[in-house]
Amino acid sequence: MSPNVRRVLKNGAVRFGSTVLIVLTVIALLAPWLGTTDPAWLDAVNMNQKPGVTVDWTGPDNQTAPRTLLMGTDSFGRDIYSRVLYGARVSLLVGVIVSVVALAIGTLFGLLAGYFRRVDAVLMRFMDGLMSIPAILLAIALVAALGASLTTVIVAIAIPEIPRVTRLVRSLVLSIREEPYIEAAISVGTPVWKILLKHVLPNSIAPMVVQGTYVCASAILIEAILSFLGLGLPSEIPTWGNIMAEARVVFSSAPYNMWFPGIFLTLTVLAVNLLGDGLRDTLDPKFNKRGAQR
Amino acid sequence: MSRAESPQERSTATPVLSVRDLAISLPSGSDRSHAVEHISFDVQAGEIVCLLGESGSGKSVIAFSIMGLLPGNVHVSGGDLVLNGTALNGATGIDAARLRAKRGTEMAMIFQEPMTALNPVMSCGEQLDELLAQHTSLPANARRAKVIAMFEAVKLPEPERIYASYPHQLSGGQRQRIMIAMALILEPKLLIADEPTTALDVTTQAEVLSLIKALQRERGTAVLFITHDMGVVAEIADRVVVLEQGKQVETGDTQTVLSAPREPYTQMLIASVPPIEPPVRASEFAGPPALRVESLCKTYLSGGWFQKRRETRAANLVSFDVRPGETVGIVGESGSGKSTVARCITRLIDPTKGTISLGEQALHLGSADELKLARKRIQIVFQDPYRSLDPRQRVGEAIIEGPLNFGVSRDAAMRRAKELMSLVRLSPEVLSRYPSEFSGGQRQRISIARALALDPEVLICDEAVSALDVSVQAQVLTLLEEIQARLKLAIVFITHDLRVAAQICDRVLVMSRGHVVEQGLTRDVFLSPQHEYTQALLASAPGRHFKFARNSA
Repeated sequence: MSPNVRRVLKNGAVRFGSTVLIVLTVIALLAPWLGTTDPAWLDAVNMNQKPGVTVDWTGPDNQTAPRTLLMGTDSFGRDIYSRVLYGARVSLLVGVIVSVVALAIGTLFGLLAGYFRRVDAVLMRFMDGLMSIPAILLAIALVAALGASLTTVIVAIAIPEIPRVTRLVRSLVLSIREEPYIEAAISVGTPVWKILLKHVLPNSIAPMVVQGTYVCASAILIEAILSFLGLGLPSEIPTWGNIMAEARVVFSSAPYNMWFPGIFLTLTVLAVNLLGDGLRDTLDPKFNKRGAQR
Repeated sequence: MSRAESPQERSTATPVLSVRDLAISLPSGSDRSHAVEHISFDVQAGEIVCLLGESGSGKSVIAFSIMGLLPGNVHVSGGDLVLNGTALNGATGIDAARLRAKRGTEMAMIFQEPMTALNPVMSCGEQLDELLAQHTSLPANARRAKVIAMFEAVKLPEPERIYASYPHQLSGGQRQRIMIAMALILEPKLLIADEPTTALDVTTQAEVLSLIKALQRERGTAVLFITHDMGVVAEIADRVVVLEQGKQVETGDTQTVLSAPREPYTQMLIASVPPIEPPVRASEFAGPPALRVESLCKTYLSGGWFQKRRETRAANLVSFDVRPGETVGIVGESGSGKSTVARCITRLIDPTKGTISLGEQALHLGSADELKLARKRIQIVFQDPYRSLDPRQRVGEAIIEGPLNFGVSRDAAMRRAKELMSLVRLSPEVLSRYPSEFSGGQRQRISIARALALDPEVLICDEAVSALDVSVQAQVLTLLEEIQARLKLAIVFITHDLRVAAQICDRVLVMSRGHVVEQGLTRDVFLSPQHEYTQALLASAPGRHFKFARNSA
């Protein structure tokens, strides 16, 4: 293990964040085997049950058996425990895919804009334009035009993130291209694409990973907001956002319907942000030095 | 105290600063347990004591410990620091607060880089005024008068204008004068100067050194002067403390230490200082020039839509040629255009006018393919060894990158890289390591190996030894000369260091503000400079009159 990796793993924030995320990922992947039922199934007999009660539950197979409702049921009689666990799938998937897509496209644009001045002038004005569109408004427009689906939601969230990544990568490239080792590569005849891939990209990875975690956290939040507003996925697919949206109606009588998805959402975003902060502290030499002097 | 200096004529007066058996510990996991150990010296009123050492010797740490500016995980672990009879170390709570007050009034410090030590959003006058307001009860107009008088004392032109100027509007030398004014305005007993002239040009350095010396004589200030430059020591110090790796090696009068050093380390250090007199060299180089530069011009246009266009001539009508086996130096101060010339020759930037030819091939024109082929024949070694190697690339990969670009097979390139490693006196095993594992001197050897991997005919050294310690510098210079003799390289050696130029160059060009003001054989230029700028430059070289001890071998 390289000393860098060891240093990162010693950081408390990184440890906490990654542990929480690993546990959540395992829960999301193993959701069908964790005592859940079909999250879309509604048992009209058991509407608005409190968390922790044991009821006679009629499942999707029409068999009635006793079942302990860990988080209660919603106003349609759906098991919130199952919905929250399956909802983790959507949130994590959206977070990961959005950050991968935004990083990939943003990095490509950023490399080009940072290294080629002509491209820079055109591309960055385009990015400025993109940045002036409010993320939620764009999402509303896209969902209205293309219909609500996971892909639409991901595209709608990823587009406003791209200019942010592009700006970051561009500024990194602008400073790295002035380094003497880039001039050294030019003078030994290294072609531009190779300089970008072998020298510029590896030296900007660390801040990009950090940015990736922030993109991920904001994507999870925005997805929840869209679902809460009813603009995200349809309610057959449970997400933390639409569970909370349904809980809003019965909030005064059953506030815990909102608590459980809310707690999971908060915990996830907190874990991702902590991971990002920890990575920044350990990977960025500036923060590193300050830490050493403390 | 066995290490304390001879008691002659100092026994009665109390020293302004007394350091006894000082030890400063480093956090665990550092390369050594103590930054410095067993350090003892005194600084008397009206005396300049130099702490002399190479990088890593702990000289700055000593200064910081006196000022109480050590970073949190480094602390004084033993010994005594006494300023005017008051112990400086071991203070806590209220005592520590009292010490802070002492820092402005009884001791002051000037730093290497005045731009970062001054507040950029406050005018220079206000920064001094703030000091006076805090430490004295003078009314505003008296403070202003005092600041203006101080500016006059440090020989700043137009003190009234300087008072209202911001740091970025002044030159490096002027900023350093502001720092000196700031340090001395409260009339401290002790002035600590940490490499105050290292970032300055040689002519400015000479002015600042003589200023510090004059002010110190006038006011009887005790000065602790930290430097790595033997020339500066010869110029300014009364006594000198030589440090090596945190150990006090030798202490004594400047004259004695520099001309008759006792310890082997000091002897080695002083022998590494290149003499300013150029040696006699065989100056005949037969054959056609390997590189010919004619009327090279580089002009920068600044300004834009709403401003008037301004033209800056970074290089103007520069012409010279270099033959195989010959070293041509380009010397000059910062902004003289010497690096612009280097970068034009290697085509890292495009010249505005003029011709550059490598043998028969014209380098200034031609297609991208031709330029690529020409690149192979002309290579460059950069100044900063910490930035000229990609931190994420293994040393071996860096060296074979060039040959791979020109179609050499990986195996052949690796074999050649191993040969080059022995040529630059490094073990072939280092090829699989990362640059961060090497010292500055080793990195510079790696950079040289990378440049040589393409078998160039011309090597450009852009301040290639300027960032290195003097002992390492001597080794790298010897290495370059050996390689040149073996490979018949034509070398263009760009430097601001006249001593280095004197030793390595067959011919020199002196540049000032983009123009070549003088060129000729190194011996002729150094021994009988014709142009007044060359004369001024040579006259400013620190320690030029001093007879350093030389190995007679």
